[in-house]
Amino acid sequence: MTERLRGAEIFVRALADEGVEFLFGYPGGSVLHIYDEIFKQDKFKHILVRHEQGATHAADGYARSTGKPGVVLVTSGPGATNCVTGIATAYMDSIPMVVFTGQVSTALIGNDAFQEVDCIGITRPCVKHNFLVERVEDLAATIKKAFFVATTGRPGPVVVDIPKDVTANVAEYSYPATVEMRSYKPNLKGHPGQIKRAAQLLATAKKPMIYTGGGVVLDNAAAELTQFARLLGFPVTNTLMGLGAYPGTDPQFIGMLGMHGTYEANMAMHHCDVLCAIGARFDDRVTGDLAKFCPEAKIIHIDIDPASIAKNVPVDVPIVGSVGHVLRDLIEVLQTSGVAAVKRESDAWWQQINEWRALDCLRFDKTSDKIKPQGVIQQLYKATDGDAYITSDVGQHQMWAAQFYPFDKPRRWINSGGLGTMGFGMPAAMGVQLAFPDATVACVTGEASFVMCVQELSTCLQYGLPIKIVSLNNRYMGMVRQWQEFFYDRRYSHSYMESLPDFVKLAEAFGHVGMRIEKPGDVEGAFKEAFAMKNRLVLMDFITDQTENVYPMIAAGKGQHEMHLAPEQAAAPAERELA
Amino acid sequence: MNERHTISILLENAAGALSRVSGLFSARAYNIESLAVAPTEDPTVSRLTVVTSGSPQIIEQITKQLNKLVDVIKLVDLNEGPHISRELMLVKVRAASPDHRAEVKRLADIFKAEVVDITDISFTLELTGSPQRLDDFVEAVGVRHVMEMARSGVLGLLKGSKALKA
Repeated sequence: MTERLRGAEIFVRALADEGVEFLFGYPGGSVLHIYDEIFKQDKFKHILVRHEQGATHAADGYARSTGKPGVVLVTSGPGATNCVTGIATAYMDSIPMVVFTGQVSTALIGNDAFQEVDCIGITRPCVKHNFLVERVEDLAATIKKAFFVATTGRPGPVVVDIPKDVTANVAEYSYPATVEMRSYKPNLKGHPGQIKRAAQLLATAKKPMIYTGGGVVLDNAAAELTQFARLLGFPVTNTLMGLGAYPGTDPQFIGMLGMHGTYEANMAMHHCDVLCAIGARFDDRVTGDLAKFCPEAKIIHIDIDPASIAKNVPVDVPIVGSVGHVLRDLIEVLQTSGVAAVKRESDAWWQQINEWRALDCLRFDKTSDKIKPQGVIQQLYKATDGDAYITSDVGQHQMWAAQFYPFDKPRRWINSGGLGTMGFGMPAAMGVQLAFPDATVACVTGEASFVMCVQELSTCLQYGLPIKIVSLNNRYMGMVRQWQEFFYDRRYSHSYMESLPDFVKLAEAFGHVGMRIEKPGDVEGAFKEAFAMKNRLVLMDFITDQTENVYPMIAAGKGQHEMHLAPEQAAAPAERELA
Repeated sequence: MNERHTISILLENAAGALSRVSGLFSARAYNIESLAVAPTEDPTVSRLTVVTSGSPQIIEQITKQLNKLVDVIKLVDLNEGPHISRELMLVKVRAASPDHRAEVKRLADIFKAEVVDITDISFTLELTGSPQRLDDFVEAVGVRHVMEMARSGVLGLLKGSKALKA
């Protein structure tokens, strides 16, 4: 059944038919017809942000925590350009998102009209695909296609640019039930022959390793991964994006790998003889120097994106397909071919791994009279029973959260891994809290990252989002300072934050609760107090040790086995020439 | 070791599709030596022929990344099998003296180039062939006599009865 509707009506009807719950947006001239229709409907909820970047990160946080696409609506020109960082953030981490941008009327396109930008051109390199809707007749089908492309295959953000006249013109509306695109047909099933070869290779492994990334989370394949790893008894490491896909407290889990991964994970990678990479893309932060990467390993690589396979590292058994499909098939092949034998043979390997583990590479000084950031994360873990949604910004605090908050479930750890976007954490937490109103949501941040999207505190008040913000305030851009200490002879060029605001008053000014915690003994109590305030946003400003560095560390250009470990005792602050 | 490859692509004939392809090459620092594009017998499909060079690993990445573009329907790396490639050139050659004009005419005959325009002091010639043949012709008439030239970029098809269809 069809009916004749204006473009703006078609837009809101299509979103409702698509099952959209939240639309994160900010109005402006070219989307006013649409906003007028949003006013008249109650099928989905519009969340008014304070800056378009916040809308994209909030939609992104919603998508990462639910697995459903995040949806954004902004106006043309600056509305669109303000979204670019958020779109690129989602693109680098393959997050399904549909961003609708207003555009000047078709007759004005190319005339340098007021609030006109070439949105399709600007976003092209950081979207999975984008569409300019030139005719109202194409609007519904294009929206359907946008959601289809964003959520299938290797997910990613899709931009739909809608000129104002398209939202005013009238067309028949019917929302397509299915999409058929001759040029886009993602392959889900892995090749059976390759799966058999992988099983055979796994069976011969003496020093096996399972290395998994965000692809396992994105494909909702954590259960399959856990079954697969337990069947084999192999050690598991997760990338920063993959944390939670395998239970972080499980004995088979040997920690995150990469630049700030654990000693045992990186050493096991370096020495393994069979590496099973699943939904991971051999990022430079994981591999270190490619020439020294996994020198002894035969590599199996399971990924939905053929272009991710053999991009950085040659692969012995490539398997293109969705992680869930391939793992289910692989488990079946393994179960019919005597895997118990494999388990026993890896005993010597586990002894070696446990020796590396005994080094306790994440140790830190627990007797300091200063608040240690690692200790704050451990207390956060305790206060939330390890069961919170944790978003983070980018820098040292992000690495400490990844190291010291073991995630037992997927979609609990929400961070910008690929692009490394400061300012991501708090708006992302808004999206998570909206999706899960009763869940505990904490944003681990630093005083530098936090202020990059601080305006969203206002959005949090408007929608009553009781996010707990855990700010590790060291008065430095900590990760920049760490690199300057290690690699620039302690010339702390512009990494010190002067004239920081009073964060307690800042929180209060936005109508929230602020707390400043300065002593290690007060950390636990502060968390107790903050989490007791179920309905309030609490900003906890932890004044932490400025000298603390993230260890272990693989310096850029080094191999995975060439880690720096923490010094036995941290040097006195005076020696570090800190402010 | 760098290899030169000719990749033939069936592309949705949609606004902006070409810029997705060219943008991919610049964003990932791949090399484009020539690029030719026009609609096919099916007006909704364009055929794009790109000549690129890189290590075998880079060439593999180029084909994979191109395949990932939503507007790319199908592609074939023509170097994977026997193929035909041709290029068209229009070249304006200065030739004023009777001797020189005769010489240019003779060369045009040898290369089977067609004279498509003529003035007192110049010939405009049309020549089709492999890129190497076009280079050879330019060398034969002498670069210093070339007033201007335009080349189409390479077009290619697989040999035999197999066809790349949308």
